[in-house]
Amino acid sequence: MDFPNFLIQLLNGLQYGLLLFMLAAGLTLIFGIMGVVNLAHGSFYMLGAYMAWSLTGYFGNLAVAIVVGALLSVVLGLALEWLLFRHFYKRDHLDQVLLTFGLIYIFEETRSIIWGDDVHAVQVPEVFNWAIPLTDNLSYPFYRIVMMGVCIALAIGLYLLISRTRLGMKIRAGAFNRDMAESLGINIRLIHAVVFALGVGLAAVAGMIASPISSVYPNMGAPVLIMCFVVVVIGGIGSVRGALIAALLVGLVDTFGKVLLPAVSGMLVYMLMAAVLLYKPEGLFKQ
Amino acid sequence: MSAASSHLEQLPRSLQVVLGTALLALAVFPLLPVEGRSFYLTMLTQMMIFAIFAMSLDLLQGVTGLVSLGHAAFFGLAGYFLAFLTPDSAAVSLWWTLPVAALGAGAAAFVIGLFVIRTHGIYFIMVTMAFAQMVFFLFFDNKALGGSDGIYVYFKPSTALWGSGTELFDLENRTVFFYFTLALLVLVYAFLRRLLFSPFGRVLAGIRVNEHRMRAMGFSTFGYKLAAFTLAGTLAGVAGYLWAAQTGYVNPELMGFHMSAHAIMMVILGGMGNFAGAIVGAFAFEYLIHLFKDMTKHWQLLMGGFIVLLVIFAPRGLLGLGKALGEQMAKRFSGRGSQP
Amino acid sequence: MTTRRLVLTRSAALVGAASAGLLLPQIVRAQSNKVRVGFMLPYTGTFAQLGVAIENGFRMALDEQGGKLGGREVEFFKVDDESAPPKGIENATRLVERDKVDVLVGTVHSGVQMGIHRVARESGVLNIIPNAGVHVATRAQCAPNVFRASFTNSQPTLALGKPMVDRGHKKAVWITWAYAAGDEAYEGFEKSYLEAGGQIIKKLSLPFPNVEFQALLTEIASLRPDAVACFFAGGGAAKFLRDYAAAGLNKNIQLYGSGFLTEGVLDAAGDAANGVLTTMHYSDSLDTPRNKQFRLEYAKTFKMQPDVYAVQGYDSGQLLIKGANAVKGDLANKQALYAAMQGATIDSPRGKWTMSKANNPIQDMYLREVANRQNKVIGIAAKAVADPATGCRMA
Repeated sequence: MDFPNFLIQLLNGLQYGLLLFMLAAGLTLIFGIMGVVNLAHGSFYMLGAYMAWSLTGYFGNLAVAIVVGALLSVVLGLALEWLLFRHFYKRDHLDQVLLTFGLIYIFEETRSIIWGDDVHAVQVPEVFNWAIPLTDNLSYPFYRIVMMGVCIALAIGLYLLISRTRLGMKIRAGAFNRDMAESLGINIRLIHAVVFALGVGLAAVAGMIASPISSVYPNMGAPVLIMCFVVVVIGGIGSVRGALIAALLVGLVDTFGKVLLPAVSGMLVYMLMAAVLLYKPEGLFKQ
Repeated sequence: MSAASSHLEQLPRSLQVVLGTALLALAVFPLLPVEGRSFYLTMLTQMMIFAIFAMSLDLLQGVTGLVSLGHAAFFGLAGYFLAFLTPDSAAVSLWWTLPVAALGAGAAAFVIGLFVIRTHGIYFIMVTMAFAQMVFFLFFDNKALGGSDGIYVYFKPSTALWGSGTELFDLENRTVFFYFTLALLVLVYAFLRRLLFSPFGRVLAGIRVNEHRMRAMGFSTFGYKLAAFTLAGTLAGVAGYLWAAQTGYVNPELMGFHMSAHAIMMVILGGMGNFAGAIVGAFAFEYLIHLFKDMTKHWQLLMGGFIVLLVIFAPRGLLGLGKALGEQMAKRFSGRGSQP
Repeated sequence: MTTRRLVLTRSAALVGAASAGLLLPQIVRAQSNKVRVGFMLPYTGTFAQLGVAIENGFRMALDEQGGKLGGREVEFFKVDDESAPPKGIENATRLVERDKVDVLVGTVHSGVQMGIHRVARESGVLNIIPNAGVHVATRAQCAPNVFRASFTNSQPTLALGKPMVDRGHKKAVWITWAYAAGDEAYEGFEKSYLEAGGQIIKKLSLPFPNVEFQALLTEIASLRPDAVACFFAGGGAAKFLRDYAAAGLNKNIQLYGSGFLTEGVLDAAGDAANGVLTTMHYSDSLDTPRNKQFRLEYAKTFKMQPDVYAVQGYDSGQLLIKGANAVKGDLANKQALYAAMQGATIDSPRGKWTMSKANNPIQDMYLREVANRQNKVIGIAAKAVADPATGCRMA
């Protein structure tokens, strides 16, 4: 591999990693703050993609669709939290696994009923629809750079939210010791609802932003879910910083693995996870 | 429901009688003149195999409190062992392939356990899922291991003893295979019940209830958990071997996380901590899928809804419901009986 | 009444009711002189569209004959195979042993087909494959009661090599997913391309169903081939087409593929697919009277456009009709039934085709170019392509 090629692959790996981060951030938040295992996370990603498709069709504009879709998914998140998840914080992880597994079936089938089973596309907004020439026969789509920008902005936003705002402070307090926080007057129920909605919103928005690149089709959430889990495990549950580092690692390993070690590239990421766990059973960064 | 308090270890008499009757009905079934008998024989045998698989998971989940999303890896691995050991043109002997397959699965469980038992809680769940995926990809991506199309097992295992050419019992016969599986089911159940109340089993239950306390009392919880994980993997291997022998086909999806999730559902549906619950759950779950599929094209909606309702309203599963019912009736009737 | 007796009687009643429920289907279905056709198709999941299309096509073929097979009425049974290989045997057994079907039509996914195949060989039930291209079903594992009305995974790519070399694309890179269907498609490509004088610079693969193509697209660019040949299908194919174009590769490196690359995904792929050349045994735009008539009728009946899967379902129906008519509905006359199906010439919307000795179609492969969201047929890539049927004892 020559140097220019290496740089391009580096870019590829970082871009994939950043997208994974956007997906995993919601998952790790929900895990870390509320201790809830959510297997339906991939379904929210899928719902986001389908919403992007139908809302863009309706409004004619992806940006508007994303804003509306984000609002809708936050409402969905709040509704789900209030109806179901709220009653499961104190319950066993097993019950949560089961509940969310059942939800996966429900979401898939609902998706099939509402939107059907075809493959769809979401158009890249015209203003971003051009490419940067990298070599004489290879270009890089500008939209991917936009996506990276959004992911980075998101990472910064989350960091600022959690560590620099009062809301973030309350969230961290609630995660550290729920009862104590409550007795200090923090409305934990509201905090949990907000965090859950935020997690769902993040997943859906990730699906919406990625949809021009990924296309929209049935079962698209399943491989995403597993990768998210791996990222969260490597990074450390509840650690947004860990999710970022882990996502970048996974993105790079997956990218270079495909090119350098194609025979084992399917297993490579899991081997990475095993290696990390050998030295740090709770992931790279504890919460 | 918290894993700590699944008080299903001892069931009320009435429930025990019901379960005993069901077992008898099962044993007697092949002798009944039912239309489509051979289909139901196959179906029931498969349910029994799942029951063994579910019991092995119950040891891990219901007794020790370890929720594994990767248990199917060991189930599938043992099946693959049989597939690799069975040549294209002849049967292999049951007597050495079953132990080899089960122990092979157990060895894999031991190795994977060394990695995963170090983790706790949510980590454990996710890490087991990821390891199962790794095993899945190992088989899926490699043509040498059969690849994505899987491998056929051309012959059911032979029961002939070394040297002799005659079968002790013919596993190609469905009824014989049914009884063979039933025997293994009962054996595994009896073994696990004994284990549950043995010192080893009591330590596992203690770990489920409060691991720190057990450690404080001086037990090496890592070792016990690893032992439980390995034993559960071995028993899952027994089930996987039977699966491959019965269906004659293994595929990487047998090791996937969907299969593991199904096993978890079976255990929960029946009621955790009491191995009879795993059996009840396996039968009930399979039956429900058949039922839902017959009902509508959108059966996944029914299934998802059922799972959600189950988790909300019947967290201790069918046996939990049955136990509550049995206790209620006992109270009512003993009350009335004491009146003049 | 004591507690014990009460519990026993109640549970006995429950068990009785449940088993009656299980038994009831048998009692009702015992008498009927209808032909039982069982569909084992994906009605849910990624391939749900294909399952529906296949069933629609099959039923249309039957309805053209008045809905009868060899003069007998038809009764349908369905099971959703969930595209789940571990359940393949269980689902197939349900149709064969519980519903006692005379014919099993299925399925789409090759892993599930392996399960069906096992049951078909053991039970002897007539199995018509309306899609799954897994090689062994008509090669080493071929059977007189298993017929395929679709293709083998290597047939489309067997026709790909020569057109590529004819267009001067003598150095190519191959890319696909690392799974059986991808390997089998490669087999056809390798044979035909090398035979035509082409050179395969590199064979790239990524894990299934990974759709992060960027790394490999970068690799392709650095290898500087004349062309890229590939096998992808479904949502992944749409993404590949778009990523390929977005990376600008389509300007200098012609993209070829097994036809599934551009089936059912052209709306999603949009302009990115323009100019892509593929080979397949059918194309929606095939300009023949037979195809036009089929498409019109299908659109009228089902209010949607047919695709290659509908055609395959339709041909499965035609195949069965030929056989059933030859034995005047007596499907138990297996020898005559199979001989009739083996010797049949199917007047398909894809063109006339015949069965090979291994029970796989011998058919023409069309060369298609994408323009305006359509696969336009620009020629015949290869005539009468037959699968080698390696290891089949019937061939």
